[in-house]
Amino acid sequence: MSEPNPGPAQGPGSGPAAARPAGTAKDRVPSSVPRGPVKDTGPDDAAKAGGGTGGGTGGGTGGGRRTRASRGGIRGREGLAGWLFVSPVLVVLGLFLVVPIVMALWVSLSDWNGQGSPFSSGVDFVGGQNYEPLLTKSGLAQSDFMTSLRNNAYYVLFVVPLQTVLALGLALLVNGRRLKGKGFFRTAYYFPAVTSSVAISVVFLFLFSSSGVVNSLLAKIGVDGPAWFADPRGIIHLALGALGMNTDAPPAALADHAVGGLSLWDWISGPSVAMTAVIALVVWTTAGTFMLMFLAALQDIPLEVEEAAEIDGTGRWQRFRHVTLPMLKPTLFLVLTLGLIGTWQVFDQIYVMTKGGPGKTTLTPAFLSYQSSFINNEWGQGSAIAFILFVIIVAMTLLQRFVLRDKDEARTKADTRRAAKAARSGSGPTTGAI
Amino acid sequence: MSPQHQPADAGTAANTGDKHPTRRADKRTRPGGGLTRALGYTALVAIALLYIYPFLIQLATSFKTDADATSHPLSLWPTHFTTAAFSRLADADYPRWFANSVVVALFVTAGRVFFDSLAGYALARLRFRGRGALFGAVIAVMAVPGVVLLIPKFLVLNQLGMYDSYSGMIVPLLADAAGVFIMKQFFESIPVSVEEAARIDGASTFRIYWSVVLPMAKPALITLTILSFQGSWNELPHFIVSRQSPELNTLTSGVASLVSGQLGDGNQYPIKLAAALLMTIPVALVFFAFQRHFVRGGTAGATKG
Repeated sequence: MSEPNPGPAQGPGSGPAAARPAGTAKDRVPSSVPRGPVKDTGPDDAAKAGGGTGGGTGGGTGGGRRTRASRGGIRGREGLAGWLFVSPVLVVLGLFLVVPIVMALWVSLSDWNGQGSPFSSGVDFVGGQNYEPLLTKSGLAQSDFMTSLRNNAYYVLFVVPLQTVLALGLALLVNGRRLKGKGFFRTAYYFPAVTSSVAISVVFLFLFSSSGVVNSLLAKIGVDGPAWFADPRGIIHLALGALGMNTDAPPAALADHAVGGLSLWDWISGPSVAMTAVIALVVWTTAGTFMLMFLAALQDIPLEVEEAAEIDGTGRWQRFRHVTLPMLKPTLFLVLTLGLIGTWQVFDQIYVMTKGGPGKTTLTPAFLSYQSSFINNEWGQGSAIAFILFVIIVAMTLLQRFVLRDKDEARTKADTRRAAKAARSGSGPTTGAI
Repeated sequence: MSPQHQPADAGTAANTGDKHPTRRADKRTRPGGGLTRALGYTALVAIALLYIYPFLIQLATSFKTDADATSHPLSLWPTHFTTAAFSRLADADYPRWFANSVVVALFVTAGRVFFDSLAGYALARLRFRGRGALFGAVIAVMAVPGVVLLIPKFLVLNQLGMYDSYSGMIVPLLADAAGVFIMKQFFESIPVSVEEAARIDGASTFRIYWSVVLPMAKPALITLTILSFQGSWNELPHFIVSRQSPELNTLTSGVASLVSGQLGDGNQYPIKLAAALLMTIPVALVFFAFQRHFVRGGTAGATKG
């Protein structure tokens, strides 16, 4: 995937922008439009708590001051309705997400052993003692944790780009306007995504078993398939071996230097053969879900916009690059973010298929945290792992937001509102202009 | 770039030869369209095969004997047709797991679609103090790895007396941040003008949400329904920590225990695949029922009217 640049001024994901007359699809929206009020509405946090004018999406900030005076009553009722509307979600998420997080934080800093309540008097604050064996003290806990980080990093590195590209590709293919059998293909690709991960894992256990489907297919073309879920060899090691390097005696520079309890040689192993089977499963499964998200976004692009571009003689690639992709940006952001968040939490497949094996090469932080707590009764350490994982995921999300931040967004949104307003007041051209 | 983009490139190349304005506008007669389409279809069919074949294998294998499954993994027809796997499942706890999964999924889906869309609408449209902070919280909650919560979720449920009960299995799943996020994104893409008209007519906020906005949000609601049902049906970790009684096993936790060796000797792929097959069927039915509701361009006509 090429990195999506801020495209033309078409408002990403904003309806009114889409409703803009097709004829102006190429023209930038009139720069003569005054941009005064834009500055006080940021792209995302348009309606900050304190801001009286709020309403980044409301009736337009331009008239904010005036409407506040005349619509005070409505505003008050809206506030009440707003809180009422979010309250069910707030209660459930608060009680079963936020409160538990606080408890988990405490457990990770305490010596709670799983007996009784973690808030009872016998449980003491131990500071970073649960974190030390994972991060700084060399030993089994550290090497296990670092191994799980390595495994998951390779997993993310393969799964996120593959599933995003596959999903976008599938969406573009299926979205073809004159395509016959559209529904059939969409169904076929999305179907695995609605299926239980446990069920799919069972199927893949069979497909990749040593005498299974994949190896039988490989045998037909004369390839001796590996014993997938029993093969701990890293694929980068295998590739280096194929290039002639003696992998049994790796270069001393790599073998003798250890970072975090793992030798550099171990760090560069790549995903193990067993992990590649898990990666194949996950990409195959999740692409359908993300395809639907892209598809929904593609279908929100009005025909008029595409047709206008087509009539203007733009090529398909140009149309994709300058018309479609910019409009898909919010979805792309959503897909990448959900992908990054999801892949760092991989648990079900590991739980069902490998339990971290072979040779700990499919051990992930999520599974390690479960294993430490529920199986080895190392509750503090399990929670500590979970918290480090939490930090990793938050960092990924922030990075993602930063990278995809669109400087033009504020301006675009304002233009969008103007266009919508103009259309509403009847002074602007209407959608049916073509 | 992925191979899927090749057709598009081919189309571009073919297009450059055609400069006549009237022909350019008429898609059907555009030269090169045939080649593009052929390439597109080839890619579509090849990938479709990759997606359908595993399920056919699964279907066939669940009617095979153990020996047949191991020696002929590729064959789509059992040499000795047997329903032994299914009768063994029917005699075990499988029907019970199935019923549990149905109950949980129905409640969770209804709850999520309603609560998430309510909250999504409020965050997208209603102006109230703390909205920005709330949305920030939703984003933050989305980033919380569920596995962080395994231990303390168990503690909270225990504290509330909900552990090892249906309520403990259902209530924590009744709302999800990702659903709220999806709904908010979608509501923001709907033109405000329609709502404003309703507001001027004096409709209440809930009424605007219920009769004006929700019908326009159909595509997103259907997506959310599918995602919620799929999510609750898929859910495994929560059912590992929210219950312990075997009679509260859902299909996921039940089949997972089946796979990790409750069956005794041998691979026993037919019975495992049969268990997986049966748990796939209800999702498949719901999915096919909702599929045809996908509507192109939910907002296309909204501002015209």
